[in-house]
Amino acid sequence: MVTIYKGGEGISRRHLFRKVGEAGALAALVVSGGAVISPGHAWGLETKALKPGTMATLIQMARDVYPHDHVPDKFYAIAMKGYDDPEKAAMVEAGIADLDARAGAEGYRGLGWEDDRVAILRDIEDTPFFQAVRGGMVTGLYNQKDLWPLFGYEGESYSKGGYIDRGFNDIEWL
Amino acid sequence: MAAPYALDDDGVVVIIGSGAGGGTLGNELAQKGIDVVILEAGKRIEYEDFINDEWDSFSQLAWLDNRTTSGDWRVSKDFPNLPAWIVKAVGGTTTHWAGASLRFQEHEFKAKTTYGDIEGANLLDWPITLADLEPYYAKAEDKMGVTRTNGIPGLPGNNNFKVFEAGAKALGYKEVHTGRMAINSEYRDDRNACQQTGFCFQGCKWGAKWSTLYTEIPKGEETGKLEVRPECMVLMIEHDDAGKVTGVVYADKDGNQQRQKARAVCVAGNSIESPRILLNSASNMFPDGLANSSGQVGRNYMRHTTGSVYAVFDKPVHFYRGTIMAGIMQDEARNDPSRGFVGGYELETLSLGLPFMAAFLDPGGWGRSFTSALDSYDHLAGLWIVGEDMPQEKNRITLHKELKDAHGLPVPDVYFDDHPNDTAMRNHAFKQGAAMYEAVGAIRTFPTPPYPSTHNLGTNRMSEKASDGVVNKWGQTHDIANLFVSDGSQFTTGATENPTLTIVSLAIRQADYIAEQLGSGTI
Repeated sequence: MVTIYKGGEGISRRHLFRKVGEAGALAALVVSGGAVISPGHAWGLETKALKPGTMATLIQMARDVYPHDHVPDKFYAIAMKGYDDPEKAAMVEAGIADLDARAGAEGYRGLGWEDDRVAILRDIEDTPFFQAVRGGMVTGLYNQKDLWPLFGYEGESYSKGGYIDRGFNDIEWL
Repeated sequence: MAAPYALDDDGVVVIIGSGAGGGTLGNELAQKGIDVVILEAGKRIEYEDFINDEWDSFSQLAWLDNRTTSGDWRVSKDFPNLPAWIVKAVGGTTTHWAGASLRFQEHEFKAKTTYGDIEGANLLDWPITLADLEPYYAKAEDKMGVTRTNGIPGLPGNNNFKVFEAGAKALGYKEVHTGRMAINSEYRDDRNACQQTGFCFQGCKWGAKWSTLYTEIPKGEETGKLEVRPECMVLMIEHDDAGKVTGVVYADKDGNQQRQKARAVCVAGNSIESPRILLNSASNMFPDGLANSSGQVGRNYMRHTTGSVYAVFDKPVHFYRGTIMAGIMQDEARNDPSRGFVGGYELETLSLGLPFMAAFLDPGGWGRSFTSALDSYDHLAGLWIVGEDMPQEKNRITLHKELKDAHGLPVPDVYFDDHPNDTAMRNHAFKQGAAMYEAVGAIRTFPTPPYPSTHNLGTNRMSEKASDGVVNKWGQTHDIANLFVSDGSQFTTGATENPTLTIVSLAIRQADYIAEQLGSGTI
């Protein structure tokens, strides 16, 4: 079973977002035991079907496909956790092994520049593996309600009476 | 007789579909005392149960039965099994529509005469004129509570409209306003005023936007002369040896087949399902499908020339707040071939929530070019292009050779190629839309390709001569006197304007004709 859990001191989401906003950059993911750990943000993703290193690379790939610097890794991890599935593991392991092979000795995650990783992704963008990851993220990433505030999207509004008294026409800069 | 009606009651008028055409026709006939059964493929979902969430609502309302696509249109590549974004529920696509309610222009009823011979286009003049339809447009506008008609004030402009309006005026455009919308700007017809909630496409939870679901249908039901049967998917229309239709076979919610007898049948299942039903009803007497002596059933599929322009500004817009289609620019709606194309287009504001922006901004796109646009989501403004596209015989609904639906019937394939006139118009509109936004400080603009079709038109077209089309000027099929088409598939050409007001007007007009024909015993 795959679980997303908060470790350590238990950082609130609000704190997490603030911290990300302040820090701007994200700490690297760490592979430890059977899990991918985000030390700076106190969460971990335990894997069962996939090697944890594969999951860490998959999360990096997800960020490279839809890079949003202000979005913490946690959201990419949630978008990818469905691949930790015995029925999908072979495809994912093969896909990530291919990325690593193309990247050279240090593997995909060892490439320090996004441009270098993206160049590899451009080479494989027509493969079923890439299209499955990218296509799944359209909903897997962007339909996470917790993500919406990071983009300024307010979501459901009926229960709040719509925007008739909440800024539907509040633009002042024109 | 009174509703509910027996399956063997052969005195009823059966209407297939409950949207703008079917729902309106059903009420109009019931008000005249005619017995009506509406068979609706989807569920009955009342407006309180609509969902302010794009994907959840999509699952709740959208027509998701399998369809295939072909042709060179980009939708076929991006959404191969979703040619159209339309609704399977009581109320049909009037639950989802944006509300724009515009009359056609006079010349648009005379497309062939006005535009001349356009290579590859199967143009034809309508067998009716604007003058014929004007009294019905007036009735429809009153029925639907269209703003800027009948003394109804326009809606207030939201942020997205303010940016749009400022840009349009900076370019010198004059006909710019918050639209003629079938959305209440004040309490009317026992329905709320718009609360600027957004989510118009997900069904209006206030009931402020006109939909047959909570206007025509309950009003018809109150007469005791209208029965709506949800979750009843019509499979085929049957006929007798004399070539008159006798009823329909449908699958009920349990998948059991039922046969409803009928005195007349009106097809209003939108421009993909309506021709599909006619084609799937082929018989020994009508081997090419019902009402298809012209060979035009399923052909001339039109979807309007569409596209969007989104623009990033350096300050927030919050374009998702309020009415989705919050305003319109009509200066380009005229026919002016000096622009490099015939026909015209309108620009109308549009916004999507973050999930649908991610899905539709540049389907298949990825990387920073794509994501940096979304990073500015709350700084975006947006508009939609809607223009007249050319009818082409090759653009058509056909029955798939292999794939079958749950009832064993062939699924529809939707073939569409852009006509060069469509492409020229879209490119012009992309340029003008971008220029509008740049005139008020846009940093980047995004020419966004068409979404799955919301305006599906023309596949059972209206014609003077039986050899040119499927139905006459009343929507009555040329071949079978008691078989009618009552939706946008009867459009001879697409015109520039959003189609719903014209569909409703034609349905009101058709109801008068059907009542007269029934009364005189002609059908």
